[in-house]
Amino acid sequence: MQQFTNHSNRIQQPAKAWLVYLSLCVALGLDYVPTGALPGVPDWMALALAFWSIREPARVGMGTGFFFGVLVDIGQGAAMGQHALAYVVLAFLSNGLARRVMWFPVLVQALHVLPILLAAQGLMVAVRVVAGDEFPGWWYFLSSATGAILWLPLDYLLPQQLQPVDRDENRPI
Amino acid sequence: MPSADFQTLPVFKRGTKVRSRLLLFVTICLAMLVADMHFRYLETLRQVLSVVTYPLQRISSEPVMAARDASVYFATLAKVQIENADLRRRQLDVAEQRLRFEQLEQENAQLRALLDMAKRVRTRSVAAEVLYNAPDPFSRKVILDRGARGSVEAGQAVIDADGVLGQVTRVYPIQSEVTLVTDRNQAVPVQVERNGLRGVVFGTGRGGLEVRFVLANADIRVGDRLLTSGLDGMFVPGLPVAVVENVERDTDAFARVACRPLGGVERSARVLVLGRAELPPPPPKPDSEAPPAARSEAGAGKGRAKIGKNEAGVGKSGTGTRKSGAETRRRGAENS
Repeated sequence: MQQFTNHSNRIQQPAKAWLVYLSLCVALGLDYVPTGALPGVPDWMALALAFWSIREPARVGMGTGFFFGVLVDIGQGAAMGQHALAYVVLAFLSNGLARRVMWFPVLVQALHVLPILLAAQGLMVAVRVVAGDEFPGWWYFLSSATGAILWLPLDYLLPQQLQPVDRDENRPI
Repeated sequence: MPSADFQTLPVFKRGTKVRSRLLLFVTICLAMLVADMHFRYLETLRQVLSVVTYPLQRISSEPVMAARDASVYFATLAKVQIENADLRRRQLDVAEQRLRFEQLEQENAQLRALLDMAKRVRTRSVAAEVLYNAPDPFSRKVILDRGARGSVEAGQAVIDADGVLGQVTRVYPIQSEVTLVTDRNQAVPVQVERNGLRGVVFGTGRGGLEVRFVLANADIRVGDRLLTSGLDGMFVPGLPVAVVENVERDTDAFARVACRPLGGVERSARVLVLGRAELPPPPPKPDSEAPPAARSEAGAGKGRAKIGKNEAGVGKSGTGTRKSGAETRRRGAENS
């Protein structure tokens, strides 16, 4: 029989606002690193947005995605609205999955994130190819895979109070 | 996807609102994309916001630059001495050429004055360094370390020692963005060196170039060098652009001409930004005695300058000068 204590980690604490926005700004900085045509470099901003849209759907959503998307567009010299569109859709999908994803083990979570990242990238390719730019090659989509792999360590990087609820006989799921 | 969850809990229902927000954002994004890529309306917004993002960009590019400069830093003394001797020798060669060039240029200016042709502008050039490839994987662009403060202007040609690399398409205060000739949306008006046949070179987007709209029976062969024709008023005429590698004539009415760029398009680190070839045409005088037909012809020439979407309107001026010079000459011949 477990003792009742005041300190319980059953309820997931909301993340601090500064942590959310600082991490998004760091991701923005990482997206600005000029890596050239190196395949498989993850889209840090997409990853961070997907993460917070799943963890904090009330705070991070389509508006945040749009704002940071425009900033990525400007920094990368991409078409204005290209990343914004992709991140809005990404935030929408992630918000929709928010109540489900966190109950799965971390590997299955990553498998949920992978199609979301791929959808965002596919949208960007569609927009630019329709506009008459060159197709960057299939290696371009590798960065979604590396992004999904990076989902695994993200789970451990978070502060302890943000970890999901422990399971016991009273809370089987 | 989310609606199934929400419908079971009407208290927390947010399905329609979320969907309408999605629709709103997607509409805004699509409108922005069209406004930016098709009409180029958002350049001012981009310039303003780039001031905000610039510090972060600078910090982010710092490690990459440091890694690149490290190789220079650790170069051995012997290597530098050899390079130095080589450069001195080359400088002597160039000095001799330069003396002759100055004399020829003077002579050319006098001859043009005699013929009453438009004056060539003395092109000013700015040396710049390629900082890095632009991260956008859908286009072929590089970022230079000189911007508006280094008197770089949009539309200027960028060359290296071997040929044309591209054209400045966006100018920020301290940096500028160059679209390489291999980009799908970049076009350069060229001339075959051997016979003066004109054409326009486009990037293929796969690292090569092709001359489009050349008739299948046109006289163009493998090994021909293509030089800028200067018809757009932006590129100085006579700069080497590409060499023809393959000609297919049995496809269409047009020949398929594949070329290889002569300049180190995706390799060069140090480049030269050349000024415009000609001044923009002077505003037409109201009391000019030019016949209306000639004026409309000069006006029609403007459309041709708008080659390539990337010029963002900068190419719209500059074609008239050559034309008006020709007009004057013809008029002079008629009078005499």
